[in-house]
Amino acid sequence: MIRASRQQAVLALVAIAALLAMPWLVTSDYYINIATQIVIAAILAMSLNVLVGFGGMISLGHASYLGVAAYLTIYLSTHAGVGALGSALIAIGATTLLAMLFGYLALRASGLGFLMITLALGQILWGIAYRWASLTGGDNGLGGPIRPRPFGIDLMNPTAFFYFTLIFLVLAVWLISRFVQSGLGQSLQGARDQPRRMRALGYNVWLIQWLSFVFAGFWGAIAGMLYAYYHQFVSPQALHLTTSAETLLMVVAGGTGTLFGPVVGAALVVILKNVVSAYITRWLMLLGVVFVAIVLFMPEGIVPGLRRLRETMKMRPASSAEASLPAAEERTT
Amino acid sequence: MNFWVIQGLNGLAFGSLLFILASGFSLIFGLMRIVNLSHGAYFMLGAYVGISAMAAGASFWTAILIGGVAIAVLGAVIERLILRRLTGQPLAQVLVTLGIAFIIADACVWIWTGDPRPVPMPRELAGAFRIHQLAFPIYRLFVIGVAFTLAAALWFLLERTRLGAMIRAGVDDLNMARAMGIRTSVLFPVVFCLGSALAGAGGVLAGPILSVYPGLDTDMLPLALVVVILGGVGSLLGAFIGSLIIGFIYSYGQALFPDLAYMILFLPMVLVLTLRPTGLFGRQAI
Repeated sequence: MIRASRQQAVLALVAIAALLAMPWLVTSDYYINIATQIVIAAILAMSLNVLVGFGGMISLGHASYLGVAAYLTIYLSTHAGVGALGSALIAIGATTLLAMLFGYLALRASGLGFLMITLALGQILWGIAYRWASLTGGDNGLGGPIRPRPFGIDLMNPTAFFYFTLIFLVLAVWLISRFVQSGLGQSLQGARDQPRRMRALGYNVWLIQWLSFVFAGFWGAIAGMLYAYYHQFVSPQALHLTTSAETLLMVVAGGTGTLFGPVVGAALVVILKNVVSAYITRWLMLLGVVFVAIVLFMPEGIVPGLRRLRETMKMRPASSAEASLPAAEERTT
Repeated sequence: MNFWVIQGLNGLAFGSLLFILASGFSLIFGLMRIVNLSHGAYFMLGAYVGISAMAAGASFWTAILIGGVAIAVLGAVIERLILRRLTGQPLAQVLVTLGIAFIIADACVWIWTGDPRPVPMPRELAGAFRIHQLAFPIYRLFVIGVAFTLAAALWFLLERTRLGAMIRAGVDDLNMARAMGIRTSVLFPVVFCLGSALAGAGGVLAGPILSVYPGLDTDMLPLALVVVILGGVGSLLGAFIGSLIIGFIYSYGQALFPDLAYMILFLPMVLVLTLRPTGLFGRQAI
């Protein structure tokens, strides 16, 4: 256990160093922008993973928090004349309040019912954004130059903005890992595995799950604020079921219940999406095919799935002891 | 006065369409514990198949039949090849149906392009029904009639036939039903095909009212979910009443507060989930 966490810490440091060095390694704005997209998607996927991976609650409405925070951030600063910091704080606060309400409603059910309620609530939000054109701009969306200038730093510069989002990713990794190890996070995992036993032990399972839901919504809102800054535009697409599904795919693809799985998943999905859109327009089709393929062939996610594949590849040629040794070592993570 | 009657009839017509979609969804969910997120896509695909059938010279009635049969066959293939392999993994099944919904949605754009398609009304039902100063499209009255007939037929199937008794037993307690010798391997495909056929045929039937466009699937699916949340799982009566309630709310909302029609949909969900999480007619929480 100690070894595993040290290994993870080393891995995290290496990853962060690589990300910090990124703008020196690639000089093209195009790639830096993709890296920024990955960072934002990673924050969103990590927040959903609190529910899916650690809580066992599959939400198909996580785009709600991304979209609502993005709409509020842009609306407040371009239409309501609120300052940049004020817009961001109000947007995140209001979105967290929304998560409180949605969490209350969705947690009236569990399992499939939870999934259905989150999906329905998310699509109703999408419908509001789409139809309430006088407020949201309808299908045309809302936009405007809203990237702030904190301490006089010009965030219109892609590299500067990349570092800006990276700060939030580091914060998210740190605070979400703290959350997972905390008493609340541990009891959330207990409630995932043995809800009745946890109840019998005197834990308020509902409250644990609700607080986690709100926590996830809060980080979803942070991702939404960054999304608004990055695109400087938001349309109903940000709230749509496909966005929720993409986020869930990041979590499932990377491996649920691991801290870094969603980050890997976010990178895979964003890169795939950018590469594919450059050649064909069939992203939705591919998204569907990937979903079906992952469920059928790699139900445990790409990262653990590849590890399993590699292990079976290693095992197959040799039935001797030397083949089984490295496989045993990998179990520590 | 006229306004309330006309919008009430519109709500009834829309609720009727919802019932045709949601009854199959609810039956599948109640019996098989599968949240079929492809159900909206089946509805849309059925409508597109119907359009193509009509373009090839079929009558409206034949097109409804073709739409229903085509989607039933598709449903049978998906149930047999994919969903059955995932028996006992409800979440994997949900994700697969979501993936299939995306594939179908994109294939529809591919085949039938992204432009909305109007669906011609059968000539014998065109025109309006007049009483006093009220005029109401005959076709909508016909759709209402179809939904009520379907509700009666499904009620008869579930309450008065041997197959229905087996389905009800499965909805109430699947393991006990199995232990009593009910062959779920036969029951599941029958119910899944029935639900799929209703979605496909319902799509064609809805065509003249809603027309067919990309996004029809994700417009209709959440409404079906809300109906089931509202009415209760696996309850035919719940699906019926739930559909009518949503139909009325949607129709009056659309007419009175066009901007907020979707916002009003929160209301029944908040009320039901707060006061009665089993849904109005459900016996178990969803």
